[in-house]
Amino acid sequence: MRYLPLSETNRRDMLAAIGAGSVDELFRDLPKAALAKARIDLPNSASEIEVERALSAMAAKNRNCGQGPSFLGCGNYRHHTPASLDYLIQRGEFLTAYTPYQPEISQGTLQAIFEFQSQVALITGMEVANASMYDGATACAEAVTMAARVTKRNKAILSGNLHPHYRDVTLTNCKFLDMQIEALAPDPTAIEDLVGRVGPDLACVVVQTPGFFGHLNDYSNLAKACHAAGAFLVVCVTEPVALGLITPPGHIGADIVVGEGQSMAGPMSFGGPGVGLFATREKFLRQMPGRLAGETTDENGRRGWVLTLSTREQHIRREKATSNICTNSGLIALAFSVHMTLLGEAGFTNLARLNHATAVSLAEKLEQIKGVKLLPSAFFNEFAVKLGKPAEAVVEKLAARGILAGVPAARFYPTYPELADVLLVAATETNTESDIDAFAARLKEALA
Amino acid sequence: MSQIRFTKDHEWVLLDGKIATVGITEYAQSQLGDIVFVEVPAAGKALSAGGEAAVVESVKAASEVYSPVAGKVTEGNAVLPDAPETVNQDPQGKGWFFKMEVANPADVAALMDQAAYDKYLAELNG
Amino acid sequence: MTMPATASGNQGLQFEQPLIFEQDTRGATAVDLPALPHTRERLGTLKNTQAIGLPGLSEPEVVRHYTRLSQKNYSIDSGFYPLGSCTMKHNPRLNEKMARLPGFADIHPFQPVSTIQGALELIDTTAHWLKQLTGMPAVAMSPAAGAHGELCGLMCIKAAHVAHNQGTRTVVLVPESAHGTNPATAALCGYSVEAIPANSEGRVDLAALQAALDKHSADVAAVMITNPNTCGLFERECIQAAEMIHAAGAYFYMDGANFNAIVGRLRIGDLGVDAMHINLHKTFSTPHGGGGPGAGPTVLSAALASYAPVPFVVHGKDGFSVEEHAGLGGAQDSFGRMKGYHGQFGVFVRALSYMMAMGADGLKQASGDAVLNANYLLARLSAEMTPAFAGPCMHECVFDDRFLKGTGVTTLDIAKALIDEGVHPPTMYFPLVVHGALLMEPTETESKATLDQFVESMLHLARKAKAGGAEAEFRAAPQFSPRRRLDETKAARKPVLRWMPPTAGASSQAAE
Repeated sequence: MRYLPLSETNRRDMLAAIGAGSVDELFRDLPKAALAKARIDLPNSASEIEVERALSAMAAKNRNCGQGPSFLGCGNYRHHTPASLDYLIQRGEFLTAYTPYQPEISQGTLQAIFEFQSQVALITGMEVANASMYDGATACAEAVTMAARVTKRNKAILSGNLHPHYRDVTLTNCKFLDMQIEALAPDPTAIEDLVGRVGPDLACVVVQTPGFFGHLNDYSNLAKACHAAGAFLVVCVTEPVALGLITPPGHIGADIVVGEGQSMAGPMSFGGPGVGLFATREKFLRQMPGRLAGETTDENGRRGWVLTLSTREQHIRREKATSNICTNSGLIALAFSVHMTLLGEAGFTNLARLNHATAVSLAEKLEQIKGVKLLPSAFFNEFAVKLGKPAEAVVEKLAARGILAGVPAARFYPTYPELADVLLVAATETNTESDIDAFAARLKEALA
Repeated sequence: MSQIRFTKDHEWVLLDGKIATVGITEYAQSQLGDIVFVEVPAAGKALSAGGEAAVVESVKAASEVYSPVAGKVTEGNAVLPDAPETVNQDPQGKGWFFKMEVANPADVAALMDQAAYDKYLAELNG
Repeated sequence: MTMPATASGNQGLQFEQPLIFEQDTRGATAVDLPALPHTRERLGTLKNTQAIGLPGLSEPEVVRHYTRLSQKNYSIDSGFYPLGSCTMKHNPRLNEKMARLPGFADIHPFQPVSTIQGALELIDTTAHWLKQLTGMPAVAMSPAAGAHGELCGLMCIKAAHVAHNQGTRTVVLVPESAHGTNPATAALCGYSVEAIPANSEGRVDLAALQAALDKHSADVAAVMITNPNTCGLFERECIQAAEMIHAAGAYFYMDGANFNAIVGRLRIGDLGVDAMHINLHKTFSTPHGGGGPGAGPTVLSAALASYAPVPFVVHGKDGFSVEEHAGLGGAQDSFGRMKGYHGQFGVFVRALSYMMAMGADGLKQASGDAVLNANYLLARLSAEMTPAFAGPCMHECVFDDRFLKGTGVTTLDIAKALIDEGVHPPTMYFPLVVHGALLMEPTETESKATLDQFVESMLHLARKAKAGGAEAEFRAAPQFSPRRRLDETKAARKPVLRWMPPTAGASSQAAE
């Protein structure tokens, strides 16, 4: 087997050094009643070419988004990534390193994390950010429990414009704790009143910007109401490219900003792995979950970085830790950071403008189709449309014509018949004018 | 009359009238190493004997500081949050953690005196 | 001999690399984009009017920056990484190639199900391998890492207790040698944690387990036992432990962090286990990536299977479909969702690529070689070092610091001196039950020559420490790494966690 270096001679010599007669003898503590013997019904080892054949055949059963126009979003976006990005993150010194617990020989990863933390703090408008969480949904859940720890309150409100997966993961994480979570009904027309719900017993309100249905809402008044009541405003961002063009959540008063970094980090990969972003204000630092890299000096007085404030974490604090997270999403955070560095201020803001402009052209084309109604008036690169016909059937029809037209809201809200005709549509810099024209033409046919 | 007493969790208590000053011992600070963070209780907080009162952290360890006796906090040492190294430098002086009004001064007298604590330390290291 | 000072601060191939923020050229970018279409903005009142503060660099500058950073890292590609409990084995590049096939990388989680049959087949096939390798009837695929898998298992357990009107059980028993994630996870489910002591052989003391079960009688919800345990030993009485746990009405969570020792040899299902997570980034060779991403699929017994989180793949009459909503359809009893989308799909591709390459025979050989390598280190290093427990060990061996007694040299000093020998230090001071522990996990992907070299280095250091007079030299290690020992106290007392623009004060000083 090509991954195993020991030869039979090696094994014999090593057993002699150990003083054991066979490898099986080393396993003598395993209970006989549970030995696998021949009961594992799986194929034996395969050559590289055979594995490639089998997996390529499986991959070929999928329609990939490069095969035709696609307009899918809902927290997972298809963006172009520069060629140098994938090359850099595949360098073995990044790819095959462990968590940087030995700082003397991990300065590369540590400096990259420090730069990542700085970039995330800047784009969210917050003071500090951590080294990453698993994904946006789990980061959102961690934000709610952190708000509860800081405020010493146990009630949270989740806006109806929050991504339903973020809502569900938060509900799951809080289910077995002493917390009351009020998840509001889906809000495709942005009419929910959050300010009116803020009360003195509340730990936090969670909103999303841009919202799940695409709306760009100004939450400054909500932030003021939360702060007057001693509660946190948690803002989720599922499309960080938006932060190249819209006001950072930190500037409108968010206390915690969480998000999903996939759209900046690389392929959609069927939704995972992603990278959770987590930023907050400095005064809440010690209640923040996740790893942190910090600056210091070595014995020669040279600048360097270490993992710091570890006493918040499970390997020291055990059952009193701020979270149980250990392995997070280091490599995807690196990819996010490399892309952000490649773009820089000019590239990042231009990319955001291009996304918005592409989405506006799509919106203008779709609005001209009879029966189509755009729900948000202000949006970034994604919006909900009402079709007047069941969206799932329309999507199937367009898929048969080679177009991935968006995501039916019913996929998330099967128990809300009033959302059956709502379609969620996204456009990015990967969509061309001809993609948009083809989509509009086929949609017009499907609705006729 | 003031007299210093000790707990098995390596806190010291110095009683003066009804007001006790509480900190961690020289032994405790030496075991923790460089202290990087201290959280002291706010005035007014009610404490039970053996209840969690403060937090002290080094780079690699975090410990709770327990209240040696029942009572109510009158003051937390405001110096410590910004200068946690004070605990390393002067644990049984400027590095005190909090002052409290004790519910029953006799509770303090019941704790270990210097000789008993020294003996306890000798057993720990034996 | 002292090193000559250089004007640049560089030392040959060791470069001093400033932060990206210190390389800023205003307006520069490494990404040129197509022209903007002419449209009017529809951003409402939320258009940002302020600069963000990101630095601008050209493509060659960015490539050089990260190339130089990478060269400051130790990695499994470049050297031996005997990091106990972390399973730092070779990461085959075939896995990376497979994960980048457009049919896996360029697919969206919410495409119509008819267009992603291959993706659901991949998840289902990976699940099949994991079920076969453990002899367990079900697996929850969505947990993102080991600790997340623990959470999945305990949530299934809590849901099962609630369903059986046993929701008042509040205690989880955890051996004192456990990873910190175990008690942290139990706390996240609202449980209080009680430690069970180990016996002198480094294993769970069954009498102590029974005493704890009796003491809390109807309050114990679950017992979490790592097996093989963190001392590198198999809990040979785990079947009896499972019977005792079940007799008390509790569930048996087995922490599978060390599954690499027994893969292909032992059916977990026959041990009486109710839930166990599997770290795909350990046992199944997906890269650690400097701290993730990983994946922690969690196998479940028949008693817990129906409470598994959504989503999960089901076989339908028109191919595969997916249950995405707890409480609906085939997910009536599911405790809910714990991760966005379909779990760590890209990690599944890599793990399946590895499992198919290894096959049933190769995986059995892998655990055999992993255990052989660890026992070889245990045997050879015992010449100068003090093993904490008698062998045979499983895939890792642990030494205590008795061999350093009176030398003035510590476990930490030995670890840092190993860096100068070109080896990544073993896990230190863990498990907590072993004084001054050095926990070594060589894995099966290291050659005998590599192990022999490591043994030479380790014995050399042990002899040097014992000979006396080398304290200062040990304390000064490492000397040949990109940085020497770093001041962690300074980092923690006045945390600097991000770059700040110089005008705003508290600036990050450039390296000398």
